[in-house]
Amino acid sequence: MSDTEYKTITGKVHKFGDNINTDLIIPATHLVTTDEIELGSHLMEGEDPHFRAKVNEGDILVGGKDFGSGSSREHAPLAIKGGGISCVIAESFARIFFRNCINVGLVVVESPEISKSTNDGDELCVDLKEGKVDNLTSGNSFSIAPYPEFMEKIINAGGLINYLIQTGA
Amino acid sequence: MSLTRRILAEKAEKESLKPNDYIEVPVDLVLANDVTAQIALKEFGRFGRDTVFDKDKVALVLDHFTPNRDIVSAEQCAFVRRFALEHEITHFFDCGEVGIEHVILPEKGLISPGMVVIGADSHTCTYGALGAFATGVGSTDAGAAMATGKVWLRVPEAMRIEIHGNFHHWVGGKDLILYLIGKIGVDGAYYKSMEFTGSGLEHLSVEGRLTAANMVIEAGAKNGLFPVDHFAVDYLEKAGVEAGPVEIKPDKYGYCEEISINLWDIEPQVALPPLPSNSVAVLEAPHVKLDQVVIGSCTNGRIEDLRLAAEVLRGKRVAKGVRVIILPGSPDVYRKAMNEGLMDVFMDAGAIISPPTCGPCLGGHMGILAAGEKALATTNRNFTGRMGHRESEVYLSNPAVAAASALTGSITDPGEIL
Repeated sequence: MSDTEYKTITGKVHKFGDNINTDLIIPATHLVTTDEIELGSHLMEGEDPHFRAKVNEGDILVGGKDFGSGSSREHAPLAIKGGGISCVIAESFARIFFRNCINVGLVVVESPEISKSTNDGDELCVDLKEGKVDNLTSGNSFSIAPYPEFMEKIINAGGLINYLIQTGA
Repeated sequence: MSLTRRILAEKAEKESLKPNDYIEVPVDLVLANDVTAQIALKEFGRFGRDTVFDKDKVALVLDHFTPNRDIVSAEQCAFVRRFALEHEITHFFDCGEVGIEHVILPEKGLISPGMVVIGADSHTCTYGALGAFATGVGSTDAGAAMATGKVWLRVPEAMRIEIHGNFHHWVGGKDLILYLIGKIGVDGAYYKSMEFTGSGLEHLSVEGRLTAANMVIEAGAKNGLFPVDHFAVDYLEKAGVEAGPVEIKPDKYGYCEEISINLWDIEPQVALPPLPSNSVAVLEAPHVKLDQVVIGSCTNGRIEDLRLAAEVLRGKRVAKGVRVIILPGSPDVYRKAMNEGLMDVFMDAGAIISPPTCGPCLGGHMGILAAGEKALATTNRNFTGRMGHRESEVYLSNPAVAAASALTGSITDPGEIL
């Protein structure tokens, strides 16, 4: 596969602040399933128990600093995917969470500019191939840094396990 | 080079490494628990391999929702147990043999200096206390490493943390790390390694180092590292590990940042909700009324921790209305506490003793908080809702502060009442 596989993502923004940790994304009491949809039904329950009902398929999460901190639970990116979210943009991402997103194929974009200038309810268009994000509500446009080459290979393969199998690890 | 880079360079068979290099290294141990193993083992299954890369280098520890909380957690454990038995995983810990992963693996001699350890648990960084490069990853990374025996890593920059001076009474490894996180913030060591050195380490036991290394993730660090000195060699020898002679100590050069800490500056610390970086001296903490006190966990569930709590609680009764839960970190800690009479001290004080489990620390079971309740815990995270209802609160401290607070019913400096 090549980078032409990258799809353009358009969705409505749900804006959160700093330090959205994985306990807030999916409280530990729900870590007894691997089913994305079931995990997604509890998405962001620690922060807002009614959040899932507010999400339409393809919506975008925008957070502040240190998004995904805390527990290594991969259930967090799975819940985000299963809850209908197409992409997470944040000012900065915690290390394990970022790695997990790459491994499970959830699109993550690190951008302090977008994080700071985006409001709840804005509509964003994320074009990874062109390396840009357009805020369709405000009319602002942002360029985003490409993933490191090594990570891009994992993403293009559809996640870590596919990459390792394809490369004969 | 930083110590972390030296360990990784040797594993990667390279002369030297630069920060931000991408490398692939063989792993000496891959860990998962009942919560993270289910995904890890399913991902492992996608490789279609007959078995894991080395059955002696995989650890599966059923410690989170055990003894099982409910039917779904029992099913989850049953899945992991079947895998462990079928694949003859050597280091499989269950039921009467189980301890909290980061307490039992060092205790059983499974960690030695210079190892590369990855674990599908963020507190895997604990093992840096014994000179190992150890870092938390997700389940997919762990499952992949179980198949391939390797992991990809981005080489971290390193912070050098120079410790000098000595501890005041009732101050230890937990206070050191809470104080440090308070200074640098929850992203103060983002993606970096935190390497500890200095004359002050002469006053920090291996158990205190395990506590401090356990919480480097709470500053966003990739790993923590302590030098392998005579304390570490003694600990390792008792655990059956042939450790010496090893040259595991930080260099003078190769660090992006240096922090100097005088231990005399540190009072017993309390981290206020909802972040571990909200640490203040205990005397400055608000006098909130406590509903629960938890003493134990992978951070403070070792025998030194229980001895410290017992020293405060001996011959006294906890305040009426405060539920005090003691969580020994392993069967060995449990047995030592029993043989030393600590269990009598705890029971006479009115505490309840839990089997070794992560239990309430992550809001799993065995001590969940209701709306509006407040707990003081010797655990590692005080995030909103961490121990139960999203309108409950968790404060963090060392075991002596937790025990003193159990006696008074509000956050208390042990020096004030003893």
